[in-house]
Amino acid sequence: MRQRLVRFVLLLSVALTTVIASAQSGGQLRFCLRSEPKTFNPVLVADDASETVRYLTGGVLIRLNRLTQQLEPELATSWKVGDNGRTISFKLRQNVRFSDGTPFSAEDVAYTMDRLMDPGLHSPTGDAFRSGEGKVITQVAGKNQITVTFPAPIVGLDKLFDQVAIMSANSPQKEMAVLGPYYVVENKAGSYLLLKRNPNYWKQDAAGRQLPYIDSIRLDIQQNRDMEMLRLVRGEIDFINSLDAEYYDKLAAEAPNLVYDAGVSLDSEQIWFNQIPTAPLPPYKKAWFTSTNFRRAISESINREDLARVVFRGHARPAVSWVSPANRLWFNSKLPPHPFDQKSALQILAQDGFRMQSGTLHDREGHVVEFSVITNAGNKYRERMATMIQQDLAGIGIRLNVVTLDFPSLIERIARSFDYEACLLGLVNDDLDPNSQMNVWLSSAENHQWNPSQKTPATAWEAEIDALMRAQASTLNMKKRKQAIDRVQEIVWQQEPFIYLVNKNAMSAVSTALHNAHPVVLRPQVYWNIDELTLGTEVAGNR
Amino acid sequence: MKWARMAALGFLVLVSAACLLADYVAPASYAQQFRDALDAAPSRQHPLGTDDLGRDRLSRLLYGTRVSLLLAPAAALLSSLLAALIGGTAGFVGGWVERCMMAATDLFLSLPWLFLLVTVRALLPLNVSPFTSVVITFALLGCLGWAAAARVICADARTLSSSDFVLLARATGNGSFRLLWRHILPNLKPILYAQFWISIPVFILTEANLGILGLGVAEPLPSWGSLLRELESFSAFSAQPWQFVPLILLVVVVSCFHVGLQKRELSS
Repeated sequence: MRQRLVRFVLLLSVALTTVIASAQSGGQLRFCLRSEPKTFNPVLVADDASETVRYLTGGVLIRLNRLTQQLEPELATSWKVGDNGRTISFKLRQNVRFSDGTPFSAEDVAYTMDRLMDPGLHSPTGDAFRSGEGKVITQVAGKNQITVTFPAPIVGLDKLFDQVAIMSANSPQKEMAVLGPYYVVENKAGSYLLLKRNPNYWKQDAAGRQLPYIDSIRLDIQQNRDMEMLRLVRGEIDFINSLDAEYYDKLAAEAPNLVYDAGVSLDSEQIWFNQIPTAPLPPYKKAWFTSTNFRRAISESINREDLARVVFRGHARPAVSWVSPANRLWFNSKLPPHPFDQKSALQILAQDGFRMQSGTLHDREGHVVEFSVITNAGNKYRERMATMIQQDLAGIGIRLNVVTLDFPSLIERIARSFDYEACLLGLVNDDLDPNSQMNVWLSSAENHQWNPSQKTPATAWEAEIDALMRAQASTLNMKKRKQAIDRVQEIVWQQEPFIYLVNKNAMSAVSTALHNAHPVVLRPQVYWNIDELTLGTEVAGNR
Repeated sequence: MKWARMAALGFLVLVSAACLLADYVAPASYAQQFRDALDAAPSRQHPLGTDDLGRDRLSRLLYGTRVSLLLAPAAALLSSLLAALIGGTAGFVGGWVERCMMAATDLFLSLPWLFLLVTVRALLPLNVSPFTSVVITFALLGCLGWAAAARVICADARTLSSSDFVLLARATGNGSFRLLWRHILPNLKPILYAQFWISIPVFILTEANLGILGLGVAEPLPSWGSLLRELESFSAFSAQPWQFVPLILLVVVVSCFHVGLQKRELSS
């Protein structure tokens, strides 16, 4: 009898353990990718879909917490940047294994850096580390310590490691052996991708339970956004990582509890004038476009509040600076909003000899003020913005011709032939550190769109920007860097080489079945804390 | 089917009259943005509501119809004339002239014309008014759309030039020009007329396709293409059935052009 009782208790405990275990196994998370990932090799990632797979599967030394915007230790328990940003030393976490069981060591970090900086691979991630001529040297000091030395200092060096997924030097599975929360088990081309929980993932929650909570992730390839929305409403997928304003409103009307507007993002939309001396434009137009008064008058004639309200349905904010207010550390909060004042705009134009004649603006020499703005065809938001700006500028007698071009033709004009007058485009920005925009703000840079690749700065204010950007790039002193970037923002606010229009909001949609999701403005907005997301209620925190 | 033809022509006349009188009939300017009445439902002030920039939909439909209905026939006329010139000459002269001209026609037919249109349009000067841009767009359509018609006309001209009455005319001492002018061209008229009539809806739809790609008529001038772009964002979530009016009008007008063709024109 006693033996039977013991057996019964044992069986009961086994059954209970099984039930609890199954309750804790978090089911399958489903969401959509807009295209197939082009690579699973983390150093070759260049498209959004591959970036998603890298984020879900890759283990990194340091991770940028998308909520706090602070760096956090991951595979490196600590790190130290030295020699003014030329070297970085990591102390690595011990007893960590790749998804295939291969042990993780400093040798893998060295191997990853080697692959990353291999000139034959042209790694887009590696480009950020190319600070100067010369080789990157890795010094392995034991199993868990490594120092990486770069040929020249790199500002914000530690933040760059958020993108570096460590690869195994010894695994026969090569890049498919990963250190992140999930690993790829199935890839059905054009249909779906299946990821499973990494059994060797090193991270545990506060209660000592191994992360991630969710068992597997199915990524369906779905280009049609309407289908994606329908699938979310039907409960077939668990979230949409990024929504635009139109889809946000449609979904909000149908299922308001699913949508999230995390607020203003890092992305901006801007317009600029062609100030290139050799551009095939008449001299009087070049004189308009290089005049600060002209650019400021145009800026003051654009109703940014209306752009945000009408075009983006309120899911955008009038832009103030080239640094978005979402970038808490670097945004210059002392800058006032750009005013919308067409009377003031006309007064500014009068200083340059512009005058109104029967409802049309003429310059000093009597030319009718008319110019064209190009933008990429098919982008409804930009086309609408251009149409609204057209009406705004008509208010000060300027005739604006809106021209939509297919993207290759647009790039040909703004980057090669320079045969355009003004251009409306946007900037998708992922990097919080403004140093990543050196290739825009230096007058010698190719992406200095209004007048690229200058041998010497064309204006005094561009020379000042050059000096400030170089100064901030040559120091690790955060106070000095912040002062320099604030001053650059002031200059850009005054000179308006780019007339910043709006900063778009970061919007997403999350099913009520998904817990612990806290959508943020930085990419990836919804699944940035993938290892903490749950689909059940047993470990659910606040949604 | 005479009644159907009459009804179709009557409808086309009615639509043409409405769009020609748009200045008097339209409730507002096609470009005026009522920024406090975005995506408004139909009302007395805006009988078809407003679009996403607050512009009156009925006004845009009337002006857009005017653009498409005036310029598509102009483009069709241009392409028919080119087809008559190239196809007629090739068929009438024959020999190596015909072979060369038809080879050129075949080359034109094998070009991906949408890609060609996009490329040619990208090379045009940027600083042109919306009206000029629409004229250029339709002129391009006219210049690129002659090849298929030229083949048909060439075949017909060849048949005619070897027919008994042309041989008789030639035997009685008629010169080449007189033969062409008095005997061939009058007999090509029905086919030219049919080609012209068929080309109109083709060009309307082509402009609509370009407009849907955002490469048609420049803002703020409306056309059927730009009006149909609104339907891209149509969704069951925010059903606004009045958004379909331009599509319905386009389908009906294009159908009317086809119904309007006489039986003999179709057979030719």
